[in-house]
Amino acid sequence: MNLRGEIYSEIAVSILFHFQKILIMKQIMMITRRELQSVFDSLIAYIMIVVFLALSGLFTWLYGSDIFYVNQASLQSFFSIAFWTLFFFIPALTMKQIAEESRSGTIEILLTKPVSEWQVLWGKFLATLILIGIALLLTLPYYFTVWSLGPVDHGAVWTGYLGLLLMSSAYISIGIFASSLTKNQIVAFLLTLFIGIFFHLIFGFLAAQMSGLTGTVFNYLSLSTHYDSITRGVIDSKDLIYFISIIFLGIISAEAILVKRTVN
Amino acid sequence: MKFLILLSHLNILLTMDIVVDGITKTYGQQNAVDNLSFRVKTGEILGFLGPNGAGKTTTMKAITGFLVTNKGDITVGGISVNENPGEIKKHIGYLPEHNPLYTEMPVIDFLAFIAGLQGVNKQDIEERVAEMVRVCGLRTEKHKKIRELSKGFRQRVGLAQALIHDPEVLILDEPTTGLDPNQIIEIRELIKRIGREKTVILSSHILAEVEATCDRILIIHNGKIVANGTAEELRRQARGNEMLIVEIGNSERNDAYRALSYLPSVELVDFADQSDNLFSVHSQYRQSSVKPIFDMCVANGWFLKQLTPVETKLEDIFREVTKN
Repeated sequence: MNLRGEIYSEIAVSILFHFQKILIMKQIMMITRRELQSVFDSLIAYIMIVVFLALSGLFTWLYGSDIFYVNQASLQSFFSIAFWTLFFFIPALTMKQIAEESRSGTIEILLTKPVSEWQVLWGKFLATLILIGIALLLTLPYYFTVWSLGPVDHGAVWTGYLGLLLMSSAYISIGIFASSLTKNQIVAFLLTLFIGIFFHLIFGFLAAQMSGLTGTVFNYLSLSTHYDSITRGVIDSKDLIYFISIIFLGIISAEAILVKRTVN
Repeated sequence: MKFLILLSHLNILLTMDIVVDGITKTYGQQNAVDNLSFRVKTGEILGFLGPNGAGKTTTMKAITGFLVTNKGDITVGGISVNENPGEIKKHIGYLPEHNPLYTEMPVIDFLAFIAGLQGVNKQDIEERVAEMVRVCGLRTEKHKKIRELSKGFRQRVGLAQALIHDPEVLILDEPTTGLDPNQIIEIRELIKRIGREKTVILSSHILAEVEATCDRILIIHNGKIVANGTAEELRRQARGNEMLIVEIGNSERNDAYRALSYLPSVELVDFADQSDNLFSVHSQYRQSSVKPIFDMCVANGWFLKQLTPVETKLEDIFREVTKN
């Protein structure tokens, strides 16, 4: 074969390969779109957004250690209440994602199409993250209102939102993992809360009790440590690596479980 | 070299034989499928029969790549399901057992979603969905949510999603369960029409259905093939000897009996009834006694009141090969 032919075919193959990559993304987006369609059709999305806004609005503006009580133009009170509301909302959104597909058998429809477990899981992950993103976008009026009340640390606000998104991603990933373990949505919900509470509270609590190396390890494992440091306005690569590791660990474990189900 | 690969891909488009080569699937201690091998040719409709738990569904799931087998390989058009499941899935349309569907979705949205997943071009999706709605008779139901549909229409949606990308291979796991007789006939006609240029495997436990729809029948039991052939061949295999009911008029009962027994092609004669001149005649292996009986009657001046071949029912064959 002459050189030119070799080069042309090489180019053709690389284009095909590239095309395949685009296709992978395309399939993830198709799964995401269907997922979003289904939550918006079934009112789950609206209920979740309204309740989230109501709860976070109540505690940011009216009750407890709200903005007027703190008497500072800062969104710290919003970030600490959203930290808890999202902790409970996310398992409710992720619980059905794989469990329901396994129960009804539609997972078989999906996985006998040219779609990998990996694409299905990321598609679902992305759908929930987008939904949380929409809910957080709707809290931007809080930010503008506080801004009009006094000088705001804009950096801290944006990193606060980033912190919420990262935390949400971590819990979505854990939620999808829990959902892939069972056919029962309630079990998936409780399991997500059970795993989540370790990252949310228990590791931090243990870190405070212990000293030395174990204390440091638990402190690193605690999600709230990393969340706090980000909402304070410092983006450290250490924190980013922590969140990204949890996200990938969750999705990879869920993939292993889905693949194992087809092998057994 | 790359040209050759391209050529082999073209070849795939021409022949889409399914070759199942010694697959074994174990659940715990039990072999659901035990060293199973068979082949389905392009344009053939294969009926997959067997009692519940025989391994039909397992085999079908293995062909679609949803299950991974412990041993053996399956190729579809030369592509191995172990090595390249993603490629195979593009060529297969699959209707799973119990027909799972996203019940909260409207029919056309669901079909468009599946078309997208199957890699149908964006500009063609609408056309393909419309085509499927037409072929599967879903026009009146297309905007309804799937959960609002009757079982018959759901089954059609299941078939439509399997056919949406015009696959060369169709795997249908019990496509007519839960349908009423009219719907069964409609779906059967549909499968026959579509199946002409495709490779089709269809499982069922309704024997008449398999006989009416399929070119070839494969009966499996405990994960092994126990019978393989056309309905006609299976009948011949099960009872190699022809059996006739003969009734002869105006003759002495014992004379007729003796005359029948003396025919060279006859193996055994029985009185079928005590009072009448009614006999059941078993022929020798692979021989027919129809003409000799007629000639014998003519020679004796008797007349035939009845000369009926007794068909072995497929049910009997099924029972015979699948009993433990």
